[in-house]
Amino acid sequence: MSDWKMICRVEDIPVLGARRVARDGAVAVAVFRNSEDKVFALLDRCPHEGGPLSQGIVFGESVACPLHNWTIGLADGCAKAPDVGCTTPFACKVDGGQVYLDAGELRTKAVETAAA
Amino acid sequence: MKRDLPVQKQKLVVVGNGMAGIRAVEELLKIAPELYDITVFGAEPHPNYNRILLSPVLAGEQTIDEIILNPLSWYAEHGITLHTGKKVARVDRIKRVVTAEDGTEAAYDRLLLATGSNPFILPVPGKELSGVITYRDIADTEAMIDAAKSYKNAVVIGGGLLGLEAANGLRLRGMDVTVVHIMPWLMERQLDDTAGQLLQRSLEARGIRFEIGANTEALIPDKNGRVMCVKFKDGREIPADLVVMAAGIRPNTTLAESMGLHCNRGIVVSDTLQTTTDPRIYAVGECAAHRGIAYGLVAPLFEQGKVCATHLAEFGIGRYSGSTTSTKLKVTGIDLFSAGQFMGGDGFEQIVLNDPFGGVYKKLVIKDDKLVGACLYGDTVDGSWYFKLMREGRKIADIRDKLMFGESNIGDTGHEGNTRAAAMADSDEVCGCNGVNKGAICKAIKDKGLFTLDEVRKHTKASASCGSCTGLVEQLLMFTAGGDYSKPPTKKAMCGCTDASHADVRQAIRDEHLLTIDGVYKRMGWRTPNGCASCRPAINYYLLSSWPKEAEDDPQSRYINERSHANIQKDGTYSVIPRMWGGMTSADELRRIANAVDKFNIPAVKVTGGQRLDLLGVKKEDLPAVWKDIGMPSGHAYAKALRTVKTCVGSEWCRFGTQDSTKMGQDLERALWRMYAPHKVKLAVSGCPRNCAESGIKDVGVIGVDSGWELYVAGNGGIKTEVAQFFVKVKTPEDVLEYSGAFLQLYREEGWYLERTVHYVSRVGLDHVKKKILDDATNRKALWDKLQFSLDGEPDPWFEFERAKVDLRQFEAVSS
Repeated sequence: MSDWKMICRVEDIPVLGARRVARDGAVAVAVFRNSEDKVFALLDRCPHEGGPLSQGIVFGESVACPLHNWTIGLADGCAKAPDVGCTTPFACKVDGGQVYLDAGELRTKAVETAAA
Repeated sequence: MKRDLPVQKQKLVVVGNGMAGIRAVEELLKIAPELYDITVFGAEPHPNYNRILLSPVLAGEQTIDEIILNPLSWYAEHGITLHTGKKVARVDRIKRVVTAEDGTEAAYDRLLLATGSNPFILPVPGKELSGVITYRDIADTEAMIDAAKSYKNAVVIGGGLLGLEAANGLRLRGMDVTVVHIMPWLMERQLDDTAGQLLQRSLEARGIRFEIGANTEALIPDKNGRVMCVKFKDGREIPADLVVMAAGIRPNTTLAESMGLHCNRGIVVSDTLQTTTDPRIYAVGECAAHRGIAYGLVAPLFEQGKVCATHLAEFGIGRYSGSTTSTKLKVTGIDLFSAGQFMGGDGFEQIVLNDPFGGVYKKLVIKDDKLVGACLYGDTVDGSWYFKLMREGRKIADIRDKLMFGESNIGDTGHEGNTRAAAMADSDEVCGCNGVNKGAICKAIKDKGLFTLDEVRKHTKASASCGSCTGLVEQLLMFTAGGDYSKPPTKKAMCGCTDASHADVRQAIRDEHLLTIDGVYKRMGWRTPNGCASCRPAINYYLLSSWPKEAEDDPQSRYINERSHANIQKDGTYSVIPRMWGGMTSADELRRIANAVDKFNIPAVKVTGGQRLDLLGVKKEDLPAVWKDIGMPSGHAYAKALRTVKTCVGSEWCRFGTQDSTKMGQDLERALWRMYAPHKVKLAVSGCPRNCAESGIKDVGVIGVDSGWELYVAGNGGIKTEVAQFFVKVKTPEDVLEYSGAFLQLYREEGWYLERTVHYVSRVGLDHVKKKILDDATNRKALWDKLQFSLDGEPDPWFEFERAKVDLRQFEAVSS
């Protein structure tokens, strides 16, 4: 069972923007909000050269990595063709205007990935 | 995109399994993958292959497998019913049923004809003999390869593109080859006589013989009924065990005519590629006649396919308005390019460079101050540039003196000065920005079936950054894919979200007083809900520059550097460059900087090329505190904006100085800072012609002379070292401000987003800029006033967060 942890409110994330969720000793998780107020969570690390996706331009359900402009799908963390590669997606839900991430995933998922 | 799909899919039948028809299908699948059940009929037993590459196959440089574009699995993947080896015999337009020669039937709602062309067979006695073939498909190519194994003498009839490629291939396979050409020189439709003769000489050096002007009367058989020799009208005979008819092609309209479709040197189609007789039926490729022209090159066919697909997809937006085409010969080691009205003659001006010993010939044809034709032999690296000038119809008076020497004659960097891709080794680097070598590009072109420059950029990143290697990549495309790299002559869409160009968008913003990005998207029918990382920053800039004080900045539509007001580095940290007016600083400033470096553990400090200090490796969360501690204005080193005004010490200190360049530079910088622009803007002011501030390679370069100031514009020290052009000489510092400011305001209003001044000026011409600023004092003052109005009261984003709309939440992480 998921152990949902409250992170922030939806309005704490800029529309078409992101916030970084810091993790002790591990790469941060980026939470994104698109124009339809859908919220997504990905490891804050581009599969290409490790760029911080939270700093990219958000459009539709994608984010453009700030380093080399790879387009990464917010739902699955995967690069759009012809680029190839995926970053780790995190479970995420919105309930009553609050954004939740899975505490277990935050603790254990992609913790071995070296910081960029 | 929401769309109510019909319960039962419509049926699309494609007659012709070649490059044009399948490209149209590919384009259709991209935009409406679920709309049709698709059936394809092909007369040949193969899946779609790259017909242009038959010549390299004949020459033994590639194999059949390598030129397949869509393997059988591709058809299966997309649920396409493929009938290979089935020639369509008739189409019943009333019942809407296609029937092949073997009786296979398929019903259609829409029909796409892509039947290509047939070789023209010379109507001479003996044309049906064994050993007489045409050059059109894989079967012909294989027949030639077989013939070369057991026969000696080949005659190719026709000295055009196809005939010469056939001749070259047969020669490489060991045959004695003679090319018979009735016209006075080779490739007369693409080359003038001088270039045609140069070509003939270099092919003769490869052992190919020529019968120029010879008129074929008959093909004579041996006793077994195989061709034995070719007889000319003058009575001479030359031996021939193999005769290749390559005297041109004719659109294949047999089926269309039997269906009662209007044909006139091709199946007549409208701008939407629909046949004029039956709007359910489309035709693309070599079989189609659009505005009287049947195109035989790949770029127009692909463009037609794209337009046709938008109609099949029921978007109804595309229009095909014809193409300007160019030609290159695919004989390895021979560089040849022609386009437009290359013959010149009465009423045309010509610039010619002729070096018969060096094997280089270039002719440029000019009419009404525009380049209208080019014929290049031996050195074709600038072909694409000339072609671009022709399509854009740009006036050339201001570049006429260097036109002949091409775009790449000065200062290109990043590929060791190479200009001939063919001569490069596979391991040689083509794209110095992204580290892509020749081998990798050629491999991607082959493996992925790439045809256009944009596709190569997407897949390999070559030429995708600075673009200085574009000419080389185009050459590689040409001889690897045989692709005609040329982009269609129509205006270029801003990005994949729209068909509108930068000019269209800006015009609409101005004419209709649009103030928001959403407003632009709605008004111009954007295909995406909130654009993409290319168009949104551009539109944000156009709004702000068109309607200062009215349009509101949208930080989420800015690249991260302009959102965080610092430069992101490869490890995700940032760099901070405070402004030092005219490169001057003080002990107090330096002390504050040093203290901040210590306090925030900033790992590196570097002196920049723009006479300031760069603090590298600052953590994002520290940025606001670093700015505060340093207490100096933002240097905007991260922005598409005024960067620096570089100065020399000038008359204040220098024994040669004639003007106070430092003061002038500081005044300029104070007047122009916080100025956003289409791209970064760098200025310099030197106090004398020794030019120690390097004014000659700046967007605006000022040089003090005894009697005043010289202004130079549109220089660039980057990717393409471009020397600034002399603009005007003025008397006073006030003049310097007004003229520089007016130039930059014009650039802000007319430059496309991400276009540097050098590219802007080369697009519109320096004469245009002079007319607007030098010849029209009222306009100059108006421009300068507008710029000052735009900049008045602009906030410093390092201190006035709210007014500069800096979202401070970005500097704090949320805790988990």
